[in-house]
Amino acid sequence: MDMTLTAPRVTYLNHEHTLKSWLLTKDHKRIGLLYMGVVTFAFFLGGVFASLIRLELATPAGDLVSADTYNKMFTMHGVAMVFFVLIPAVPAILGNFILPLMLGAKDVAFPKINLLSWYIFVIGFLFTVYAMVTGGVDTGWTFYTPYSSRASNTNVMATGLGVFITGFASILTGVNFMVTIHRMRAPGLTWFRLPLFVWAVYATALVMILGTPVIAITVLALAIERFLHFGIFDAALGGDPVLFQHMFWFYSHPAVYIMILPPMGAISEVIATFSRKPIFGYSFVAFSSLAIAIFGFLVWAHHMFVSGISVYSALVFSFLTYAVAIPSAVKTFNWAATMYRGAIWLKAPMIWAIAFLGLFLVGGLTGLFTASLGVDVHLHDTYFVVAHFHFIMVGGAIMGYFAGLHYWWPKITGRMYSDIWAKVAAIIVFVGFNLTFGPQFILGYLGMPRRYHVYPEEFQVLNVFSSAGASLLGVGYVLIAIYLVASLFKGELAGDNPWHATGLEWTTQSPPLPHNFETQPVVTEDAYEYSKREIKVV
Amino acid sequence: MSDAAAAHAGAHGSGHAHHPAQQHHFDSLEQQHEAATLGMWLFLVTEVLFFGGLFLAYMLYRVWYPAAWAEGSNELDVQLGAINTAVLIASSLTMALAVRGAQTGLRRATVNWLLLTMVLGLTFLVIKYFEYYEKFEHHHVPGPNFVFEGTNAGPVQIYFSLYFLMTGLHATHMLIGFVLLSVIAWMAHKGRFSPEWYTPVEISGLYWHFVDIVWIFLFPLLYLVDRAHHFA
Repeated sequence: MDMTLTAPRVTYLNHEHTLKSWLLTKDHKRIGLLYMGVVTFAFFLGGVFASLIRLELATPAGDLVSADTYNKMFTMHGVAMVFFVLIPAVPAILGNFILPLMLGAKDVAFPKINLLSWYIFVIGFLFTVYAMVTGGVDTGWTFYTPYSSRASNTNVMATGLGVFITGFASILTGVNFMVTIHRMRAPGLTWFRLPLFVWAVYATALVMILGTPVIAITVLALAIERFLHFGIFDAALGGDPVLFQHMFWFYSHPAVYIMILPPMGAISEVIATFSRKPIFGYSFVAFSSLAIAIFGFLVWAHHMFVSGISVYSALVFSFLTYAVAIPSAVKTFNWAATMYRGAIWLKAPMIWAIAFLGLFLVGGLTGLFTASLGVDVHLHDTYFVVAHFHFIMVGGAIMGYFAGLHYWWPKITGRMYSDIWAKVAAIIVFVGFNLTFGPQFILGYLGMPRRYHVYPEEFQVLNVFSSAGASLLGVGYVLIAIYLVASLFKGELAGDNPWHATGLEWTTQSPPLPHNFETQPVVTEDAYEYSKREIKVV
Repeated sequence: MSDAAAAHAGAHGSGHAHHPAQQHHFDSLEQQHEAATLGMWLFLVTEVLFFGGLFLAYMLYRVWYPAAWAEGSNELDVQLGAINTAVLIASSLTMALAVRGAQTGLRRATVNWLLLTMVLGLTFLVIKYFEYYEKFEHHHVPGPNFVFEGTNAGPVQIYFSLYFLMTGLHATHMLIGFVLLSVIAWMAHKGRFSPEWYTPVEISGLYWHFVDIVWIFLFPLLYLVDRAHHFA
């Protein structure tokens, strides 16, 4: 940087210092950081379980943990990662921090409810951690009845309550964001001038509002069935365990879009900024988010092709599942078209975004295999499915989270991290990820079922690759933690807009003022008007 | 000017005065009203889906076990259910009158209508308590102690499971509404509302009406289903 930067005097970080000023804050930026703390801890916890799983699977024999312990490992890995990392990561951390800044607002519509959401989230998390440390839970993160209602003698109740409680954090965040986007936009910021991240968060809020209450009531009914011996899903009384699966997936499939839509929004921002071009086909990308949210509600039974649902409904669900590929492909093609003939600037966030594109592409295309009725019978409950959803959830959602985190980190902290180390980490994670989950496609195709702690010897080579990849992945994640923390102490000052990006969040200081902007911003142009900007490539 | 006051003025970009109910992050009381109203409507959408899961289970099992549904429904007290329906519809009227009172700036009337709404809500819960007590006495609470004569005992237990879940969830919402209205009544008593700012009364009313409407569905589905079966 040629100009000399000075750190801003008053920021949201330094205007108050007490613990109370953090724990009772109504500032969306601080609440975003509170979420980051809990989510990072949950990510670590889920990572520990993942490491134990991969260690066990390094050899064909069950020599590290018993079968029962292994069941708990993969269950708790899933519960921690799905409910406490993937679902809150981008909306609750980056969404909370960036959304009001992007809208030119002083805060979200309901700051107190925003803080309440965090407390509800933490209480739900504590229930779950309590369940983990007092014996764990072994039903799989899907809690299928009758495992969960009768067979399992582990801590299903506490885990279920944790998920139930956490759901309300998600519901309140969804309501809060949707009202914020409707009512808190700056003058001149019309719907079609909104950054695409806002559209993505809007679509996510829709899924949170329509889906989360259903998982809440489902888990509540399960808890009452288990605790008071009511019968809703109990086959002994004539009840239907498959009803549980329908109700569970009515939320839990759309939940995948809660995980992937906000990272997609972050990717749109990063690709536009580092290609110095408006997003190709803005309105198509915007509406594809809504289309994914809506179609996402119509495909849940593709998780149940082998659960004994009727052939006709399976046909319809298979067709609709293929249909979701269309808006997803629209996004991918439009991102590629945005990069085409752009002035691509390969800074760290862009490397993460490009890694996202490749992994999401593989994750999406392998989803088509499992959507196909005949092929799914062969692939169901094998490592093919495990690999597929990890490509979406980790290769898509987590890579997208890191792309967004690296993009907005200078805004959040006011400091630059080491660009070179961030690129090294991105490449390590990309290689490690492919090494971990690539072989699992083959393992699944060859017939290795998921959720077993032993396997035949001929599968060992591919499993060793997978475990080696997981180690590399772990190194990559630790590296991110190191250079991001180091940036807080030794990082260069970022200045208001280190990427010379468009968007209101870059017009205020870094870190932002407690109330975001000195004066109310007024918007006079569309999003990503890079043609009107001086291009400075450093 | 103290630091707090300076921060306050800075937060608005100018030191302008505003209505005491207006929060700092809103530009106007109107924007705050619109946000709160939209927020409550969206929350009610989530409530529809929350109850919706149980309605789905109800629908499935009623189609599967119509005879058990008729037998279970016969065990309910239609009279008490009908009285409770009347009580709740009356409470929706008094709630609407409370909102009207706040809108027209009649403080005393607002408080009184709110208190009457709460009394009606409590009446509902007391009657519900006696209904539950009677089920308990007759071993109609699902679980190990459930007793029911006849071949349909299993599905009838599912019926009662849904009865208790649905009405229990509804009663929980009534309790929350009761607490909510007591806060609103206290605020009304303190003179916090005026024709310019009565949004909290209005959105609490939305919630109260929603809970009533849930009962309007529960009453025929649970109490009157037997009759539907006989005429079919």
